[in-house]
Formats: sequence, structure tokens, C-alpha cells
Amino acid sequence: MLRLPTFDYYRPTSLAEAARLIAGQSPDQVRLVAGGTDLWPNLKRRHQKAEAVVSLAGVPDLRGVTCRPDGSLKIGALTPLSELAAHPELGARLPALVVALGSISSPVLRNQGTLGGNLCLDTRCTYYNQSEEWRRAISYCMKAEGEVCWVAPGSPRCWAVSSSDAAPMLSALGARVRLVCHEGERWLPLPELYQDDGMAYLTKRPDEILTEIELPAEAASARSAFWKLRRRGSIDFAVLSVAASLWLDGEGRVERARVYLGAVASFPAPAKATMEALEGRKLDEETVKAAAELARRDATPMDNTDFQPAWRGAMVARYVEAALRDCAGLPRQRLEPRLGQA
Amino acid sequence: MPAEKTLLSFTLNGEAHQVLAPTHHTLLEVLREECAATGTKHGCELGECGTCTVLVDGQPVLSCLLLAVEAEGRAVETVEGLQLGNQLHPLQAAFADLGAAQCGYCTPGMLMTAKALLAANPEPSTEEIRAALAGNLCRCTGYHKIVQAVEWAAARLRGEATAEPPREALYGSPEPQR
Amino acid sequence: MQPLEKPEHDAPAEGEERPLNLIGKAFRRVDGRAKVTGQTRYADDLSFPRMVHLKLLRSTVPHAEILEIDASAALALPGVLAVATGEDFPVPFGILPVSEDEHALCRGKVRFVGDPVAAVAALTEDQAAEAALAVRVQYRPLSTIASLEEALATPEPQIHDYADSGNLHKQVSMCFGDVAAGFEEAELVLEDTFFYSGNTHLPLEQHASVAVPEDDDRLTLYSSTQTPHYLHRALAKVLGLPGSRIRVVGTPNGGGFGGKSDPFQHEIVAAWLALKLGRPVKICLSREEVFACHRGRHPVLMQLRTGFRRDGGITAQHLKTALDGGAYGSYGVASTYYTGALQTVTYPLPRYWFEGARVFTNKAPCGPKRGHGTPQPRFGFEVQLDKAAVALGLNPADLRLANLAEPGSVTANWLQLGTIGLGRCIEAVVAGSGYRERWGKMPAGRGLGLACGAYLCGAGLPIYWNHMPQSGVLVKLDRSGGVAVYCGQSEIGQGSDSVLAAIVAEVLGVGLGDIRLCVADTDLTPVDLGSYSSRVTLMMGNAAREAAERARELLAQAVSAMLEVPLERLAFAEGRVFDVAGSEPGLSFAEAVIAAEARFGTLATTGSYVPPRAPGKYRGAGVGPSPTYSYSAAVIEVEVDPATGLYRVEQVWLAHDIGRAINPALVLGQVEGGVYMGLGEAMMEDSAYRRLPKRLSDALVHKFPSLLEYKSPTFLDMPEVTTYLIEEPDPRGPFGAKEVGQGPLLPIPPALANAVFDAVGVRIDQVPIEPQMIVKALEARAAGKEARFGPRAFPSIDFGETLSVPTREEGGDGRAINDFSRGKSSRRATSGTMKTREEVLGEKKLEALTTR
Repeated sequence: MLRLPTFDYYRPTSLAEAARLIAGQSPDQVRLVAGGTDLWPNLKRRHQKAEAVVSLAGVPDLRGVTCRPDGSLKIGALTPLSELAAHPELGARLPALVVALGSISSPVLRNQGTLGGNLCLDTRCTYYNQSEEWRRAISYCMKAEGEVCWVAPGSPRCWAVSSSDAAPMLSALGARVRLVCHEGERWLPLPELYQDDGMAYLTKRPDEILTEIELPAEAASARSAFWKLRRRGSIDFAVLSVAASLWLDGEGRVERARVYLGAVASFPAPAKATMEALEGRKLDEETVKAAAELARRDATPMDNTDFQPAWRGAMVARYVEAALRDCAGLPRQRLEPRLGQA
Repeated sequence: MPAEKTLLSFTLNGEAHQVLAPTHHTLLEVLREECAATGTKHGCELGECGTCTVLVDGQPVLSCLLLAVEAEGRAVETVEGLQLGNQLHPLQAAFADLGAAQCGYCTPGMLMTAKALLAANPEPSTEEIRAALAGNLCRCTGYHKIVQAVEWAAARLRGEATAEPPREALYGSPEPQR
Repeated sequence: MQPLEKPEHDAPAEGEERPLNLIGKAFRRVDGRAKVTGQTRYADDLSFPRMVHLKLLRSTVPHAEILEIDASAALALPGVLAVATGEDFPVPFGILPVSEDEHALCRGKVRFVGDPVAAVAALTEDQAAEAALAVRVQYRPLSTIASLEEALATPEPQIHDYADSGNLHKQVSMCFGDVAAGFEEAELVLEDTFFYSGNTHLPLEQHASVAVPEDDDRLTLYSSTQTPHYLHRALAKVLGLPGSRIRVVGTPNGGGFGGKSDPFQHEIVAAWLALKLGRPVKICLSREEVFACHRGRHPVLMQLRTGFRRDGGITAQHLKTALDGGAYGSYGVASTYYTGALQTVTYPLPRYWFEGARVFTNKAPCGPKRGHGTPQPRFGFEVQLDKAAVALGLNPADLRLANLAEPGSVTANWLQLGTIGLGRCIEAVVAGSGYRERWGKMPAGRGLGLACGAYLCGAGLPIYWNHMPQSGVLVKLDRSGGVAVYCGQSEIGQGSDSVLAAIVAEVLGVGLGDIRLCVADTDLTPVDLGSYSSRVTLMMGNAAREAAERARELLAQAVSAMLEVPLERLAFAEGRVFDVAGSEPGLSFAEAVIAAEARFGTLATTGSYVPPRAPGKYRGAGVGPSPTYSYSAAVIEVEVDPATGLYRVEQVWLAHDIGRAINPALVLGQVEGGVYMGLGEAMMEDSAYRRLPKRLSDALVHKFPSLLEYKSPTFLDMPEVTTYLIEEPDPRGPFGAKEVGQGPLLPIPPALANAVFDAVGVRIDQVPIEPQMIVKALEARAAGKEARFGPRAFPSIDFGETLSVPTREEGGDGRAINDFSRGKSSRRATSGTMKTREEVLGEKKLEALTTR
């Protein structure tokens, strides 16, 4: 049986205590755990290390959904994904978000995995998410203990993939997150939580705790869609996801477009050219198609997930188009349904 | 100072348990190694197969990804607690009768996931059954017998005592006549 | 336990005089209750006082000499009791006598990433794992061979020095009949190249073993093995102990599919350490180690050339196969022959040339997976038939129906066929799916594909040649009316326990609840060779029937004398023995036992099964014969999105010629499971390897040895399956039964490829069928090129000297006309297997009866 290494386990009962425990520590010294569905496998395979683990499970007030009178929403970072996927009010206001969260991994894992955990999900790579023995056999990689990024050996950076489904969708919806540390707290627009680096993929400092996610009232007025490509109907991480939120003006023109791509970069990648091509235009077949074709340039699918990278790249436009068609209310085209949508 | 071992109290299938377990051990390890509850199996220990599913406070969880100390004070249910006295739970009976358990290794996890499903949704559609069990892998059955067994057990749990599985589930489809 | 439902008709089996009580009814499997309550004890569920834990350190380099192993740091860690290395295991082993090329721990050299190098025993598994990682090994790298092409191009360094040539492990060339004349007769000749990727069994139970020392030199090994008998032999050989001091108990397997059919390193090391430490030693492999054990489906590149008449009849076939075998022999020699052996049993193939080669590469060893060597060429054959039907303007179903093999005939390669339900299977799936009306006429993107298959009902010969039974059953009757049944067979989920109990219960007229089984225990049970080659229902079933009938005969004699009823009027049913012609209730079964025990003494009878001798007598004729063959046909409906290549299997119709279903519910489960596994192979499963840039690294690793990244279909990936059980009892099977564990997988991959063609008009000549392959093929068509995705060429391979075997029609006698036995392979040629049991008994020499 694959087992965890030993570590000191702390279970603080207040946020302040949790923040104090991790203050000034490096990730290899102390790691936070929420649902554990990411950390425990990483520790078992030894590609993450921890002398101590601080659990947030005992910290009060980090769970649940609060619907504010102004229409904005607050979600506690420790809320399990299954609770959110089945939340009636969330489903009524933000159906695409519920689709995205309900597509993460498998039903049983979603009972344990949390929203905050999914947002902080370690970047993934088929050279990295492997056992100690396997990684010894390739002399390790840049992201853990080694020097080379085997995905692109000439490259100075790590190309591990951001596989969170919540991140692109919440980014499109305009979410921001609260980060708390020993000294204080700050709020960040969600896209600013991430950076295009497989190793330092979060701008969050190691001693900060992501405690809540806030969605503005305007999120509910967007036309949103989430599409995801993966091999199987369940369990698998996305190898491409598309989250789109479009705000239309009174004449049906796109006032603002937010389109994010998941699993084709080390961060939730904004489909910049697509967004530009949409803004100010009416959502007809032609616009949608043209905007979708531009999305490929913002994706960098590499050979470190399931499926062939070139084909994944070709799928970017198809999936962006599918998501935009949903937003536009255009009829769905034939995409293999179990793979195409959650 | 955190301890290498922790004294844990939880209920296992309704019975109070107290065990001294290594703090870094998962519920899976503690159930199998400290509680002699080996009915719960494991296939990957990484949350990728669903084999080790147990119920904690009625919810299916992957026991390989739950630190045992997080089960403190909670109600843990495993396959050993399904039957009532010597009477099989309708899910167990249906799995046994239809051959939904072949090698039987994924069966405890399937049964526990199905139990939680039926508690929340006594009359699930075929699609809902498939969706609820989609995190549990089986390599033997092709899943059909499992879906049929859950449907049959659901009917019996709803009080349809005479509910029978479809004849096709036991004998196959009748050979079409030319 | 009562049958769930009594079928409307209760027809007697062919040659049977009385109706069947139990067989043919869907009863609860005898191990069903234990499996749904958590009571079943798999190997990893066992624990013993003072038990310690074993962990293997596996090679992290693909091909290297071992320079030094330094275990000092490991030995200094807390809880560590012992470290073992290859020095401790001088004796090699391997499942086939012709390729005993494994050591319990590597000696001198490692051959793939995952090869076990050292072993650590410690008080806890945590400690053993930590200590294993602390063992330091120094390697001198050798050049790495990653593929078939590299193996052919790199004769040196040899991965094994016993290979037929360079890194060509095995070369086979056998020509049955005048193939050139056959091609001259052909009105259409198709030549295609196909590729079938490797894949693995992926049982959910990771292999586990516990070795328990029981005396100075006595030991029991509990292990998740499909072949306790072969493991028993390997242990005796490697440990240097008499087999009588070793007891192997096969625990219920949490899935096998062929992956637990070899004796494994961890089993031997656990046994050795248990004897050394005097303590029980347990090991449970990690999922990654299960991928290292592998023995899965060989990747096979094939070239298939077939001649057809205008009506679709086949005039000749020339098949070349190239198997990427991985780092060890395993069953590979047999696998190589199997890629050719069963091409002939579905449609008459009057002349047939088969050439096969297996290479060694620095990857986990391939071996037998469900269908062993036959799904690959079956894929090619059935896709090519589809192409031929299109070329000839025939419906693919009609082409097949017009060209079915003759029941009871002998094939070009000298296989004796039994009953053949293939025609009914095809008719059933064609009618069920509306294939005749819908094929070729569906809306764009929708398609139907048809394919067939056939499989062994048990390999005709044992792994090591001998003239003893391949299955033995002992039945012991108790005065209480209880019946104990002993057999070496192992339950791997397929329901063999239930078949064993049902056959004995049927013959004796008792209930399943009166039967107590003792199985897979080399101390207590008669030998059965194990759960492989779909042999158990037929072979064990016949042995069980014989043992039970002998017991019934004793009971009948005693009851006949007591009740003064003629023997032939006695019936055994519902726990009673009674006069069918009378109205008296007769005796209860327990009373009958008392009557018989008083008359004859202690009641125990045996039954054994030896398969009939096959007519082929050429070198290589040992692979392919079976008492009879099962047949399957499948239609798959698929929806394909031409813009992305993504597709979804909507429904599968599968008909299987089961002979007779002992327990239809369990037969259905095997069919549905076979369809599932076939779809996994056809759609997504792939034992892919990763090589790093050569200038930077020699590494060669399994791309993703995990349940997450090795894709195994979930509930949401499995389509509807409509199953038809076609019952044409075969007199060679118990109550007419044939196999079902492996056959139904075979038609699935080609049926999918044929369905994709019907949907979008392109040929995908390899599996798994990835969406990008469909896109590439559509692009090729749009560019005016061949509307196909698949391998382009078959390499030039030296298959060795061709053995020429005239067919029966040509007046052959089953022998080759040019076999001047090459030195290396002469062992098979001169082996006793080619002789009958009567002949060797006449020789009055022990060596003629068995290899030791």
C-alpha cells in the first residue's frame, strides 16, 4: 500500500492560529491541507514534501455559500465541491459554475475536495505526478528535485499544467479571492492569483491562506458556459476546458467578454484575441466562429497530459466555439456529448 | 507538540471504537490494520479508483485520502455494517444474485456509494445511478449488472417486496427469430 | 439458496435422459454472499502473528549491469530485519520451460525500469518502504531498446543470450498447404498492415502474498495467483525445497484477466524471507508495481494478405506478426504462436501461411491477457473482411454467413473443431441491431460495425508437458448429506467456484447449500492447472462431473439394493434418491450416503480430465488445439463527430456461442465484462512508454503507471449491451458448456473500427482508436490520399526456416514434410506431448510421463 510519509499534524481551531502556524515557513516545511485530495497523493508520491501539515478542517466559518442582498455571493474556501455542485441557489444563478464544479474528478472525490483546494491545485504534468521511484528513473524534473523540464528540455521554465476547472470559470465570472496571513489580509481578482509558471503558479505567498471567494452581482447577468475535454466521463482531469462569460448590452452586442482556457497552460489562460474579437459585436454564427478560431494562439498544449498535444490544440477552437454557441443560444453542434460537456 | 500516534474515537458501523493510530495514517489504513475491518479494499491509494469508498457521516468518501484523525468523533460505515443481523441488505442481496460482484474487489466501495445514493434518492434513474457511481472503477462487470442490482435493490427498499430484476439481466435477450 | 427463477423450458441436455435441476438457471454465485459482506479474504486481508512486511526495490534504469548494491544504510534503519539481493537467488525460473529467464531478484543485470533488484523485510510496511528507497545500487548502463524497430536494428547487446537471434526472442514460420496456388485462385487479394497497441489487465486488486513458515523446512504461501500449481513448481525449483514441503494457497483473486498467471518475484522472495526469518512475510504491491509485473497484451504489428473469391470465400491467407515482448519471456513463445493459431477456426481458410516473431525490449514483460495473442490478428482479419465485403459489393454479414467453418472439421493448421454456433450468433446480432437494413444507410456520422471471434475452451496442452490430468476433482460424501468438493482451480471472479459446485450438485441432486468447496490449495486439492486459457469450465467441469457421477453410482448401487429398485430407475433430485417409476419418496440424500458408506466404506471419488489428442503433429502444433471452440459475434453502433474525431459507442449487440450456460447470470457477466474490456482496448487503453531525448538520458519508463492516467472506462463510458446467449451444447463440454471468459472480447475492437468506417468512411487500422486518428484519416481523404490511418509498412524480419505442413485436403498427415529439427528448438519437437498417453505408458519410463 502506498502510504504517507510521517509529518507533524496541526489542526488549528481558528484562522489566526492557522496563519500563525504557517507564518515564515516554506512549503516544504509546512503545508496547508483542506480536502486533501491534492496534497495526500502528492505527499504519497513524494513529489511534494512537508515536515508539518496544517489542516484547515477545524477552522470555523470557512464553509458555505452566502447570498448577499446586493446579489453578490460569498463562498467559503473549505466548502466541498459536491455541496456547491448541488447548491440550488448557485445552480439557479450561475448554472455554468455548477456545471464546472460538478465536472471535477468524480462524485466521491467531490465530497472531499474543496473549492479553495481546487483553486490552489498544484499544476500537473505526466513527468511530475509520479512516484519517487518513477521520478528517479528520469533523474527527476525541474518542478521537483531535478533540473530539466522534460516537456521541453531546452526551456528554462516548467510547463506543468493548471488543471483546475474552478479557476477558469470563476475567472470568467469575475471572482476575487481573500488571502489571509499572520500580518493581515488582501483581496485579489482571481486571475491575479495565477501566473504562467508551472512551478510558481500562484502569486499567493506560502504563508497566506485562501479563505473565501467572492462573486460580484453582475456574474449572474452574464451568459456563461463551461466546456471540458477529457478522455473519460469521470475521474479524469480536464485536458482542455473553456469557461466563457459574456455580458451583452441592450442591443445584444457583447459589452464585455471573459473567456479563459483551462489545462492548456500553467495558468488559466485568458483567450485574449477571442475576447477582443467578441467585444462590440453581436453574437451571430460568424462572430462566434471567427472569435473561436483565434483562441488557439493563447493555448500552449504540450505533451504532458492525456491526448496528443497537436490534436488538443486543434480542439481549442472547437471547444471555444461550443462554449460561445451556448452563450449565444445557437444550436449545439455535434461534439461527443460525454466528452464535450460535463 | 504533535504526536506520532493519536488516540482516536469514532463509531464504526454504529459501534464506538477507540484506537491508537499513527497520525499520518489514513482511515483506510486504520480500518484495515487497527480495526480488522478488511472489508474495505484499496486499488491505488491515490483517489483514482473509488475502491476504498466508505461512508463518513453518511457521505461516501475515499478512505485513502482521509486522514484517520479527521474521522474523530464521526460515524464511519463500511461494508461490514451493511447487513442487518444475518440478513443481507437489499443492495447486497441484489449484487450477489445478479453477479454484480464478480471478483468482488470493487464491491464494498460500490455498495457504500450506492447506499448513500439510495438514501438521498430512493428512486434514481439509470443515468443517476451511473453518474453517482462514476468514481468507482470496476474491471470485471462492464457495470451493467451493478446498475441493474442498484435498480432492483432500490425497488425493494421502496417496499416493492416482489420486485424482480428484468429477465434479460439473468438470461440475456431472447434470440431474435429470423 | 434457491434458483431465482425457473426458466420456462427445462430441456434435457443432448444425450441426457433427465431434466436438469440447477444447470441453466440463474442462481446466486456460491461466493456471492462473502463478496458482498466483506467476508472474502483476499491475500492482502490476511495477517498472522509476528508478521513482517516486504518491499522490493526496483530498477530505475532500463538496461544496465549491476555493479554494486549497498544496503548498509537500509539495514541501519529502524525496524529493518533483512535485505536480500540477486546473490540469494541463483536459480532461474519462468512460466514456460523454454524461457526460464527470470530471477527472484536480478543477478548481474537489469532489463527494464521496474525489474526487482533488492528486497527489504521490516516490522512495518512504512519501514520497509523507507528502507527500500535507502538501498543504493550502482549501474553501468547498456544501450536501451525501446521498440520493435529498435530491437530488429540492435542485435547487440542482447537482452537475453538465449534468443533465437540477436534480440529476436522467437521466430516462427509455418505454411499449411500450397499458399501460392491459393493466391492464384483468388479474384481479390487484399494486403493490409495493422497495429494493435499493448495494454494491461489492471485488476483492481494489487498482487499480494503472505508466506508463513510452518516448520524447519515447511512453508505455506497465500497468494493472489491464477495458477497455484505452476507457482508451486516454481517455488520448489527456486527455493530448492521438495514440493511436498511447500503449500500454495490461491486466495480469491480480485481480478486476474491473465495478469496473475506467472510465478512472480515477490511471491518467491516472500517465501524465501519467511524461511530465513522464521516469521510470516507479507507483501502487497503498489499499483505502479502491478504495471511493472504487467504480462499484458503484446503490442503487435501485423501484415495480413488474404485472397478472396467473388463470393467472399477465402482462398489463402498469409499473416505476419511482430510482437514487442518486453524484457522477459513469460508466456511469450506461446503468445507468438497464438497470434497465428486461431485465424483458421471461424471461416474456412484452405491454405494458410503464418509467420511470427517476438522481440525483446527494455519494457515490462508482456504475456497473456484475456484472449492471449488472438485479439490482435482477429482485429486485422475482421477489419480486412469488412474491406473485402465493400470491395466485392457484399453485405459484411452475408460474406461471413456464406463462409462459416464446418462443425467437426479439421482446419488447415490441423485444429479439430467442435460445434459452431457462429452462424446463429451472427444472425442474432444482425437481427437485433437491424444491421442488414441499416448498414451503409445511416445518417452521416452514424455507423454500424460487425465482427466475429472465436476462442479456446482450454489449451490442449499443459505448460510443461506431462501425461497427467489437466484437472482433477475429489468428491467426499459425509453422513450428514454434506458434499465436500476439492479442486485446484482458482476463483478469479469468473465464477469457477459456482460452476464446480453446480455441476456436482446437479449430478447428485442436492442443493448448492449442501456443497462445501476446497479449492486452489496444493496440499489439499487435486491439481487443476489454473485459471487461464478459458479452460476451467470445460476441463474442471468434466472432471467434476466424472467424480460426481462415480459418487452417484456408489449411492445408486446401495439404494438400489436397499429399496430393491433397478439402478436405471433411480433418480437423484431435490436432495432425494427415489424410484422415478414409483410413488414412494425413496431415501433422503443423507440416508443414501449412510446406505452406501455402510456397504462400501468411506465415500470419496475422483474425476479427472485429459483433453482429446489434437490431429496436428508438426513442431508448434501444441499451441491452438482445444477440446472445442467458442464463437462470438458483435455489432457496434457508433456516433462520430467528423470535426473533432470524437466518437461515442451507442450500443453493442453481442451473441456468444456458450454451448450451454451453466449459470446464465454469470455467463452474462462474463460477456458484458469482455465487451467492456474490449471497448477499453479499442477506445483508450494503451501501455505507452516514454523515452527521453537520447542525448540527455537513457531513461525508458511506462508513461503513466496509474489508475488515473492509464485509461480504464468508467460507468459513463460504457454503452448499452444487448446479449444473446446461443446454446448449442457441445458433447465435449460438461453438460455441453463452452467458455465465455475470453471469447466475447475478440469481436469488439474490429467491430468498432468497422463501425467508424460506416460512420465516416475512413479506415482506422489500429487500436486504440484515438480521435486524432479519425481526423487525420479524414484529412487524408480530403487531400485525395488513402482514407486511412494506420501503420504504413511492415519491417523486414527473418522468421526463420518455414515449416511446410500439407493440409488434410492435400493428403497431409499432420506432420511437417521438412522438419529437420533445429538444435535450439528441438526440445518441443521431440517432447512427449506429441505422443499419446497410451504410447508413453507403453514405454514404461517415468521421463516419458512428465518433465520434472
